[in-house]
This record gives sequence, structure tokens and C-alpha cells, in this order.
Amino acid sequence: MGNIVHFENVGLRYGTGPETLSDVSFTLATGGFYFLTGASGAGKTSLLKLLYLAQRPTRGVVRLFGEDAGALPRARLPGFRRRIGVVFQDFRLLPQLSAYDNVALPLRVAGVRESEIEAPVMEMLAWVGLSARVTAKPPTLSGGEQQRIAIARAVIARPEILVADEPTGNVDPEMADRLLHLFEALNRLGTTIVVATHDLHLIRRIPQAHLMRVEKGKLVDPTGLLRHPPGAA
Amino acid sequence: MTSLRRSGAIDLKLLGQGQRSWVMAGIMAIMLFLTVLSGALGLGVARSAGGLDRQLAGQLTVQLVEPDAALRDSRAKALVVGIARVPGVARVREADRARLAALLQPWLGDAGLDPDLPMPVLIDVTAAPNAAAAVAAAARRIAPGVRVDSSARWLSPVRGLLATLFWVAIGLVVVIAAATAGVALLVARAGLDTHRDTIDVLHMLGSTDLQVARLLQRRIARDTLLGGAIGTLAALALVALFQTKLALTGSEVLGGATLAPIDWTLLLLLPIGFALLATVATRMTVLRTLGLKL
Repeated sequence: MGNIVHFENVGLRYGTGPETLSDVSFTLATGGFYFLTGASGAGKTSLLKLLYLAQRPTRGVVRLFGEDAGALPRARLPGFRRRIGVVFQDFRLLPQLSAYDNVALPLRVAGVRESEIEAPVMEMLAWVGLSARVTAKPPTLSGGEQQRIAIARAVIARPEILVADEPTGNVDPEMADRLLHLFEALNRLGTTIVVATHDLHLIRRIPQAHLMRVEKGKLVDPTGLLRHPPGAA
Repeated sequence: MTSLRRSGAIDLKLLGQGQRSWVMAGIMAIMLFLTVLSGALGLGVARSAGGLDRQLAGQLTVQLVEPDAALRDSRAKALVVGIARVPGVARVREADRARLAALLQPWLGDAGLDPDLPMPVLIDVTAAPNAAAAVAAAARRIAPGVRVDSSARWLSPVRGLLATLFWVAIGLVVVIAAATAGVALLVARAGLDTHRDTIDVLHMLGSTDLQVARLLQRRIARDTLLGGAIGTLAALALVALFQTKLALTGSEVLGGATLAPIDWTLLLLLPIGFALLATVATRMTVLRTLGLKL
């Protein structure tokens, strides 16, 4: 199994402020399942931003899909981003679009024909239990429903990596289990999953998952499985 | 679900229906109203100048001043016969002397009718434009003191005025087109600012800058076409009214300003041209602005 992500001495600084992330090095194997934990403000979201190409590192090397993401020309970013599904902590649904259109958006962006969009979107909405809210717009949905729409949007295009920031923060335990089941199903199909969470129940549900912990901008490796090269002591 | 399947409908939904859309359409209506009026002025003036050129080309006036009445009459006849023989001359006619005297009467009083007053003889010549020099040479051979004037020469200030008006009209069209591109640029920047969250999400989902630019350029092109069509129709109605009024003046110069079908077609195409211009300006602005981001 190859590596899909490789960070080497990565540092991230916003403007002229202090480093939010310092000397972060790790490798994610293709098809792996990873939890990212850490206190609020520790740098989890910043690390995820580097993963889904919303930021470039200020130093070090971030390799995604075998290429140096920090050196990618702007024109190649869309192609890389289409291979990554993201569940944002604040959902970032488009309020002017219906639930259906929000979920369909990644497929439309990727140029999928309209005739091939409806079936997967309806299937995905059924998966997250929102078949009855197809035409509802985000402002009329509850927090949990919005979160499920955000998850459906992130996975609809079968990404190679799924990055989720607190994906079950607003749903009840039963729905959290259901969503985790969806992540596992995707993982079995080969998608690498990275979930940032505080939810210990969620972490315990996937015993084979690797655990990463961010503390004050540095990565701690409680499972000892993230060292580069993988498995090295 | 039909409407959801149309990507065009999605484009419009993505950006929402804002108040700004109507403002843009309103501005474009005013821009196109002014542009079509300027364009109509330019085309009308060009038509009028063209008509004037056609009328005056080859129109010559031969003036014979001779105090001896008998000699004047004989030279006048010789001039008419001699000039008529010049190749390229279509028509030679001596101006009616009684009519000339009547024209001069307000200035000279009854003295203008005095046969002893040496009235100049005026001979109107219509010739091919390249025959003017031969006509002048022939006339001077018959009567050395004769004066030959080209009608185009004494109407050249009018022709110059028409040319100036034409270029002023063209300049106005160019200035308004530049202003339209400027408005499109500002609206595109404002659109990028207003829809920043939507654009960020689209980028994170893998949208290219070109896809984002298309969203805004379609919106701006649609508003330009809508507003432009309203402004153009209003201006064309006004131009048609002017045309009717000009025709009623009976003036050859003003009547020559009547627009031809091709002119009306050109004016009708202006909103499309402006929509294309606004589209290009929007595309360039969006691509340039987004190119500065990650």
C-alpha cells in the first residue's frame, strides 16, 4: 500500500504571526483511517487546511498524491481538490441552493452530465436520511441536517481522501454511528479518511484507525504508526 | 426536478438574484441609449456627407464678367458650346439672368434690373469629377478672364463640419464603450466580493477560475443584454422620430441624413457588441483577481 500524504518538517504561519504548526512530519497510507485529536486551538484545522489545499505551508514539504503540493501551480489545484472531499466544521453549504443542489455541486463542478447526477445524489441523500428534504434550503434545516448535507456533498464524488472536521458534532449518537458507517464503507472502497474529532466514542468505534494528536502546533503520535517511513521506530 | 437538471439554472441560483442585477441592467440601458443616439448621429452624418459629395462632385460654376454686353453675350454662347464639347461634360446651362437679377434686387434695388449694369454671366456645368481641369482650360481658352469655381470648394466648410460631427459621434461611442467595460469591471469586482463565500466553496470543491469567471460573465452579459435592449429600443424610437422630422424639413443636406437599413441593423447589433465587451472585461477581471489568491 503506498502513501497518499507525506508531511516533512511542515510549518505554517498566518501573516507575520507565530507559527501555528511547527515541524510537523507524518505519512498517511492510501486507504488508511485516521483520527486527528487535540485541544481547541492546537492546530487541527490548520493541519486539515494544508491537507485540503486551502493553505500552502510556509516551510517544509507537503506531498499529496506523490506531488509537492506547496509547489503546485494554481492551474493544477482544481484537479487535486476534486480528489479530496471536505466536511467543514461550519458546513459551508450554499444557502441559496437546495439540499439536492448542494450535494450535486461537486459532480457539476467536475462536469458530470446532468442525466448522471440525479441517481447518486438521491442515493446519497437517502444515506444521510434526508430524502424528504431534497428541495429544502440550508437555512430551513437543523444543524444536524446541515451537517449531513455537508457530509453527503463531501463524499458524493468518491474522493480519494476525505477530510472531515468534527463531522458528527451536531448529530445524535444514532446518526453519528450511521455517518461513521458511511465513512467505513468509503474507506473499504479505498478512500483515505482523516477525521478531526473530540468524540471518544467515535474514535473507539474504529479500533483499526490511527490516532494523531496535535498539541500546541506540533504533532504527537500516540499510536506510533505515523512516523516516516511508516512503521519505523 | 427538471429545473435542477439545467446547469444554467444552477448558475443563476449560485449567484442569487440581487438588487445589483437591476442596477447593472439600468446602467446598461442608459449606456446603450446614449451609444445608439451617438451611433445614429455618426451614421446619419456620414450618409449626409456622402450624399453631399455625390451631389457636388463635378458641379462647376463658370463666371464671366464682361462690361460689354454684346461681347458678354457672344462669349457666353461660345462658352456654353465650347464647354459642352469637353469629354466628360454631362450638362451645360447658363443661369437665367432674370432670376439672377431678381436674386440681387433686395441688395441692389431696381438698379439690378438696369441693362447698363454689367451683370456677370453664370454657367452651371455638370461634369465627371476628373473633367473639371479640362472644363476650366476650355473656358479660359474661350474667355481668358473667366473664373471657374468648384461647388465642392465653397461648400467645403459644411463638409468639414459634417466630418467633425462624424468623428465626435464615433468618439462618443468609443468613450461609452470604454465606460461600459469599466462598469463591467467594477461590477465583476463587487460580484467577487459579494459572492466570496460561494466562490471559496466552489474552489474547495475543485472549481477552476474559468468556471467561476463564467458564472459572473453570464450574469453580466445577461444584464447588459437586457438593459441594452431596452436602451437601444428607446433610442431607436427617438431616432425614428428625428428621421420623420428631418424628412419634413425638405432640406437636401438634412434629408440626406436618413439612415439606411444597414445602419438600423448596425445600431440593433450594438447591445450584442456591448454584451460581448462586458463579458470579456468581466472574464479578464475575474481571472486576474482570482489569480492572486491560492
